[in-house]
Amino acid sequence: MTARQVDNELRKPSFEKNPYERRALQSYVLSTLTVGMAILACFPLFSVILMLLYRGGQRLALTVFYSLPPTAFEDGGGFGNAILGTLFMVGLAGLISIPFGILAAIFLAELGPHRKLSQAARFCAKTLTGLPSILAGVFAYASVVLVMGHYSAWAGGIALSLLMIPIVMLTAEEAIKMVPRGMKEAAYGMGCTPAQAMMKVSLPVAMPGIITGVFLAVARAAGETAPLLFTALFSDYWLEVNQPTASLAVLIYNYSGSPFANLIELAWSASLVLVLLVLVLNIASRLIGQRNK
Amino acid sequence: MGSPKETPRKWGDSFATPPSFGDVVFDRVFRGVAYAFTVLTILVLAYIVFEIGGKALPAVKEYGMQLLSSSDWNVNRKVYGILPEIWGTLYSSLFALAVGGVFGVAIAIFLTQDFLPHKVEIVLKNIIEMLAAIPSVVYGLWGIFVLIPIIRPLADFLHEYLGWIPFFGTKLNGPGLFPASLVLSIMILPTVAAVSQDAFRAIPLKTKEAVYGMGTTRWEAILRVMLPTASGGIFGALVLGFGRALGETMALAMLVGNSNQISLSLFSPANTLAALLALNFPEAGPMEVQVLMFAAIVLLVITLVVNVIGQLIINFTRPGGAR
Repeated sequence: MTARQVDNELRKPSFEKNPYERRALQSYVLSTLTVGMAILACFPLFSVILMLLYRGGQRLALTVFYSLPPTAFEDGGGFGNAILGTLFMVGLAGLISIPFGILAAIFLAELGPHRKLSQAARFCAKTLTGLPSILAGVFAYASVVLVMGHYSAWAGGIALSLLMIPIVMLTAEEAIKMVPRGMKEAAYGMGCTPAQAMMKVSLPVAMPGIITGVFLAVARAAGETAPLLFTALFSDYWLEVNQPTASLAVLIYNYSGSPFANLIELAWSASLVLVLLVLVLNIASRLIGQRNK
Repeated sequence: MGSPKETPRKWGDSFATPPSFGDVVFDRVFRGVAYAFTVLTILVLAYIVFEIGGKALPAVKEYGMQLLSSSDWNVNRKVYGILPEIWGTLYSSLFALAVGGVFGVAIAIFLTQDFLPHKVEIVLKNIIEMLAAIPSVVYGLWGIFVLIPIIRPLADFLHEYLGWIPFFGTKLNGPGLFPASLVLSIMILPTVAAVSQDAFRAIPLKTKEAVYGMGTTRWEAILRVMLPTASGGIFGALVLGFGRALGETMALAMLVGNSNQISLSLFSPANTLAALLALNFPEAGPMEVQVLMFAAIVLLVITLVVNVIGQLIINFTRPGGAR
């Protein structure tokens, strides 16, 4: 072998993949670790759902949907009033927040997207998204409960609406922005007033996106407990809007700390109902959103 | 007669009519209402701060800064201090951020760096997002009856053999900071994962092609190029996750143990600002309500600052710059 040949041999890089090289090993180890972490992260969801089906399913019968909560030593009972209370308060919150959110979104997306006011409002909406839900309760307590002088379903609904407004507003804004420019221009070109262009063209086209946001907001509000703790409180009786009102979420919280097996079983069943409701809303919103794309 | 094109038409002869009076009124009202609601968004936030702050003012006048520095909470002696709650809030959120952040970023890498076929990626992404959909009170229930029994042997083991480390200094007797923070980290994981994924997806394809073209392994590419490029967005994701953890209420109220003490140990019961509000508000007397309002305003200020910082970071690191 000449010196030149040796030199060439040394300079030639190796293109072979060597599985025992340090950098290859590092790659294997980190990949395995990541796969493991991803699997571990899915564990809580499956664990929660399995436990809900197992412990909540036992007690679930048609009667729980139309009977009142039992007293401590009683058997049986249900949470019909809590379902009704949740529906009423979420409905009230929806009645407030959906028009509020959509109209503000129209302004943000269409009427004055670059104005100082819009930027400030968008910023406030994003900040409201991060508002701890308990503070919505504190606010409703200070501004509704203290003024009215008693706990009520109204206060609960208002507290929930605070959490729904930014979700509806920001998703609706995105949806309206996605409406093709040409369609809006065509509407204006035909002599529509801005309101007509919104009502007849932009809103119908953006509707799937807006509904997605509304469903997400409803799902979030239905599962919230903290804003209701000291605005709607809890009640063992049927819905009376000017009295303390029961809700599924507060029922779960109250009964989870109870020493009575019957109440704990009811808490699990109520959780199952609540999670089913929330998941169905979530999946529905996803399907609507995907069909749109 | 000229050609039809030249025929002058009177108003009303054509399809094009000016908007009727009704249309104009509707347009004005519609735009006015939209404007009003936009202004109202700002006013709502201002009113929340004003209302809670106003109700907290008497307590500040009465007790002053002692509220922030004292760790006593005794309704009978009328002594109030929220230092342990501030400590518990920050401690549990930081722990949750460490766990949830590592997992969230790992999952974001897993879902964006071509580990999986596209269809599996979407399924896994939806599963992770579903974690955020489960109400926190259900996580609390799950924590009490499933998580605490599972982690108790682990906690006992750590306390027995590593008890000299302050973090494991006490025994886990049911509720405590550790199970609460674990549940908290599960709850912030979807936020961190979703926002970090956006950051990874924003990296131009050319960057990726250039890196792999140089013959790097997958993890060399991720650690040396992808992570630094996406670091701004990931940092924003972590700050937003931290903000969520600070304000989370129900899971903590059910799992944290509600005890007024400052301890480094993960296994000792503690308390947080949000849990304090949830647990004490329903039965509070007038003076206590004012102190609780003060705790609420402290929580509000902390979360607002953290969220605003997170939002700004994400806006500035987004390609295309600040909006």
